[in-house]
Amino acid sequence: MAAGTTEGSRFRVIGTRPVRHDGVEKVTGAARYGADYAFPGMLYGRVLRSPHAHAIIKSINVEKARKLEGVRAVVTSADLPELPDRIEQGGELPINLHHLSCNILARGKVLYDGHAVAAVAATSPHIAEEALRLIEVDYEVLPPAMTVEDAMAPNAPILLPSLRNKEDGPDKQTNVAAHVQFKRGDIKDGFSKADYVIERTFKTAMVHQGYIEPHNAVGIYNADGHATIYCSTQGSFVVRSLSAAVLGIPEGKLRVVPAEIGGGFGGKTTIYLEPLSVLLSQKTGHPVKLTMNRAEVLRATGPTSGGTIRCKMGATKDGKLVAAEVWMAYEAGGFPGSPVPMGAMCIIAPYDIPNMVIDAYDVVVNRPKTAAYRAPGATNAAFASETIIDELAEKCGIDPCDFRIKNGAHEGTPQTAGPPYKRIGMIETVEAIKNSPHYKSKLTGKNRGRGVATGFWFNIGFQSSAMVNIHNDGTASVVTGSVDIGGSRASMAIITAEVLGLDVKDVRPLIADTDAIGYTDVTGGSRTTVATGLAVYEAAQDAVRQLKERAAKLWEKKPEEVEFNNGMLSAKANGVKPMSIKDIVPRLGRTGGPITGRATVNARAVGPAFATTCVDVEVDPDTGKVSILRATVAQDAGKAVHPSYVEGQMQGGTVQGLGWALNEEYFYDSKGVLRNTGLLDYRMPTCLDLPMIETVIVEVPAPGHPIGSRGVGEVSIVPPPAAVANAIARAVGVRMTELPMSPGRVVKAILSKDGAAVASAAAD
Amino acid sequence: MHKTAIETTINGERVEFLCEPRQSMLEVLRDVLGLTGSKEGCLTGDCGACTILVDGRATCSCLMLGVEAAGHKLETVEGLAQGANLHPLQQQFLENASLQCGICTPGFLMSAKALLERNPHPSEAEIRYALAGNLCRCTGYDKIVRAVLEASKATTSKAA
Amino acid sequence: MHAINYEAPKTLKDAIALLAQHGEKARPLCGGTDLIIQLRAGVRRPDHVVDVKKIPELREISFDLQKGLRLGAAVPAIEVYESADVRRYFPGLQEAAHLIGSNQIQSRASVGGNLCNGSPAADTTPALIALGAKCRVAGPKGERMVAVEDFCTAPGRTVLQAGEILVEFQIPVPARHSSDAYLRFIPRNEMDIAVVGVGTSVTLDLDDDRFVDARIALGAVGPTPIYAAKASEALKGKKIDSATIERAAKLAVEQSSPIDDMRGTAEFRRHLVGVLTRRTIGIAIERARLAERR
Repeated sequence: MAAGTTEGSRFRVIGTRPVRHDGVEKVTGAARYGADYAFPGMLYGRVLRSPHAHAIIKSINVEKARKLEGVRAVVTSADLPELPDRIEQGGELPINLHHLSCNILARGKVLYDGHAVAAVAATSPHIAEEALRLIEVDYEVLPPAMTVEDAMAPNAPILLPSLRNKEDGPDKQTNVAAHVQFKRGDIKDGFSKADYVIERTFKTAMVHQGYIEPHNAVGIYNADGHATIYCSTQGSFVVRSLSAAVLGIPEGKLRVVPAEIGGGFGGKTTIYLEPLSVLLSQKTGHPVKLTMNRAEVLRATGPTSGGTIRCKMGATKDGKLVAAEVWMAYEAGGFPGSPVPMGAMCIIAPYDIPNMVIDAYDVVVNRPKTAAYRAPGATNAAFASETIIDELAEKCGIDPCDFRIKNGAHEGTPQTAGPPYKRIGMIETVEAIKNSPHYKSKLTGKNRGRGVATGFWFNIGFQSSAMVNIHNDGTASVVTGSVDIGGSRASMAIITAEVLGLDVKDVRPLIADTDAIGYTDVTGGSRTTVATGLAVYEAAQDAVRQLKERAAKLWEKKPEEVEFNNGMLSAKANGVKPMSIKDIVPRLGRTGGPITGRATVNARAVGPAFATTCVDVEVDPDTGKVSILRATVAQDAGKAVHPSYVEGQMQGGTVQGLGWALNEEYFYDSKGVLRNTGLLDYRMPTCLDLPMIETVIVEVPAPGHPIGSRGVGEVSIVPPPAAVANAIARAVGVRMTELPMSPGRVVKAILSKDGAAVASAAAD
Repeated sequence: MHKTAIETTINGERVEFLCEPRQSMLEVLRDVLGLTGSKEGCLTGDCGACTILVDGRATCSCLMLGVEAAGHKLETVEGLAQGANLHPLQQQFLENASLQCGICTPGFLMSAKALLERNPHPSEAEIRYALAGNLCRCTGYDKIVRAVLEASKATTSKAA
Repeated sequence: MHAINYEAPKTLKDAIALLAQHGEKARPLCGGTDLIIQLRAGVRRPDHVVDVKKIPELREISFDLQKGLRLGAAVPAIEVYESADVRRYFPGLQEAAHLIGSNQIQSRASVGGNLCNGSPAADTTPALIALGAKCRVAGPKGERMVAVEDFCTAPGRTVLQAGEILVEFQIPVPARHSSDAYLRFIPRNEMDIAVVGVGTSVTLDLDDDRFVDARIALGAVGPTPIYAAKASEALKGKKIDSATIERAAKLAVEQSSPIDDMRGTAEFRRHLVGVLTRRTIGIAIERARLAERR
């Protein structure tokens, strides 16, 4: 189904929908994911985890475990070097190496239920698990601080005794790792101009990325000091640099081979098991495979922050936003580094608001260290601001789409951090929703409502490398260091085919390991098609330049006299017969050897992304259950390279946002122990909970990018919670201010509104 | 630990293997028999990534012991294509861009196969019900449901 | 998982002998959809796992208009809800079997296992209680019958003694103008454990527009599934109207004793008991009015 979005396009291949090149392997079960690797003599590793939310480790005795038949090694943090407090660029967020190491194996203290304490390698996974039961850890249990309010209270338990922040000074122990502020205009003056002011406090729950594939790593340590890690990661180079740092070995001695990856959504941009696999391999002399089970994934890997947001916004009667004041605090987990600075920069980013103050706090709590999750920090933020926007639109009597269009950011509007936007598509996404069949349809029926919300995400650029090889039969391969998490191989092949004038089937996309290609940042931040795509575009151009040189040599012309169009080399002179790539390949040997195009980039000018989402819900007023009847998302892709996979990102992000809206949450008991450690009670949407997700791809080309693409991987997660809340408000007249909007909360809000006690029976 | 010899049928072929009673069928498939197409996502029967067919019924291989396979007919994703000919479901998953990361794909294919064998022309609602035991975090299910609908049309002429 | 021995006896006698021999160290395996998870989590650590699926009596499902339904304890959910007799005569039981987990789980999970696991949230248990089902239990000392509502004694615990095995359920033939219904509330539309489950059966006198008989059972609102005796009694002989139904719903709420957990607060659960009791009575009435049996 090579449907053409290319009509009138300047592209031949870009914008078509070929079958992905790695598709057959993935539908036949042949594709190798991290846990599918096996090597002769391989041992199996398991990790012992803290049952306490907050405790001092007084001692660890591993003797009994070591003596169990089949156990080959047991390691603790004593086997890793102690690292200094140094900040490194991690996947999408900065990482403190000392904290990273302490997260991989706890040093002196455990900071959350599930914190890794020791690791075992044994001849079978069952023996390794049994060995964990034999490790004796003596804990001194401390009271936990589970929420930002707990952790910011005057006498809160202190998680990290050495943590300080600038405002409280060098003498004060604190759980507040950072405070950032953004200001513009005069906030008092702004609110004085407002006819309507809405202020509410919102709470959002910690949620998990929910990738279906648990973390895994196979480490092989060579006697010569070199080591190899096979693992599922979003960034093999990040795994290399961070693992080398944690192990205290030179980066050059570590090679990381990225396996196929079973989802990441930001959660696989850091490391957990990877250095342990090498350490255990070094101790045992065997390859060691470590895999997590689902409970470990939920207890100890990458959730994103919940937190509290107070948001106040004002508008004039005619619907112009004049002021916004925000206080927000996000849970960082056991170590600093929540995405609250990004949340702060996203919360009013879609709008042109002259006066604002945003205060944002990064707070450590006794929960797992948060990791990036699809537009980190933006979804919580938008839940707050987009609810208030909706209420202001209602107050002003203006259609919610029109209100957003009237106040929408555009080229020249200052961003939260100051510099003005270049060309962006915020207003275009709202218009696309306004003009959609969905928004134009009439919603009828009791307890039904329609909600709209808009989201913003920066997108990142960063560094990528690419090679394009011309083969003997005139086909090509394109090699990058970007892991393919959702169809990016196809995009790389499309871009290569576009430049080289080849059929997309004649381009084979490959992903190389860390020794076989230049440095490449993570597949994350919506950067792959944009930044690695740019490297591929330039590498293919490099190949074209070389092809022209060779043709010039054959034709005894200057390279400038050779033209390359649609895969054909030609020169204007008489008697020169145009050649295809296939024609010139046999002649490459005598003109200077094979052709490999190369490029490396640090993509700086990337286009931000906006999405606007419309959701219809029906609320069961007796049970509080919210059903999603219809959902449409409009998103600015700049230029969709493979529209099917752009739609896929839009649909997937939307559904994650719907899960976040309705049911997903970390549920801790009073002792700080996670209760919902499985996918039974961590409730991600099933296909029975959803309708088809309608998509509208908006294309406002990103300035400065040769194709015009913008990152599409993240922003669609941002609007749904607010859109659902706005729909619920219209359906049953209650404003939900806490995520998830689970049935119990919704029914309580409905019954409180009706003045009835929740426990009383008659609600119909 | 002593191992038991088990005789079973996998993808139409008689197979003998040795396993410990505590090893799940999923573990046997992946670690003993090298059939790594069935994936481990949760080990609690909640994600469906390990779905295989046992005597034609979709089953979580993580919640079945390897020793229980004796005498049964098992089907895994590796047996779905006939040589180089993809099953209509596989073909439709490719054409509809129904996979992003692909880790859930084998499980969805097997659940969908079990569905189409019992009900060759399911409605969208029936498809969603039958696939509710398979979690996908990438796609939002839209393109998966469409692929199964398309495959049910493709199998109209011949028995699924 | 710790090391286990696996045995699959082919007769009831052999199974009882094995279970009696190993006592507390043995655990029967049926569909495994609870047990294998518990073994992996270390919640149960039996040395011996006795697979009871190969015992013929446990795999039978039969119905006749004299004896009613005999449902083998190891019959998987899929065979229960696909049974034409169950669909026709016990729609509430069919609903409950259809709600257990996913298709993958239904291929393996049995109604007997659902009960023996001892979870207060088991979907099929309130449906069975509503139907007045009895359990046939066999053991070293012979056989005994236990009402389903008396089977569970605490979360994860049942009346089964060492060596005893649940063989089958016996459900009486439904009376004229009777029917049943089961509803559970879950946050998603599939895959969740019941926040609250309610099974109801009613028998009506259509000429006089009264309830002749009724049984209401509650799941997930106490340490075991609950037969809501007062709520059931409150319907008997009463006019079929909203006041009667409301009174029964209120009594059902009173008899529930839920706790707060990750699936819902006690307050929310009590509210839901009322909602689902009303709704199941309504559905059962509709079905009973339409039922033309015998």
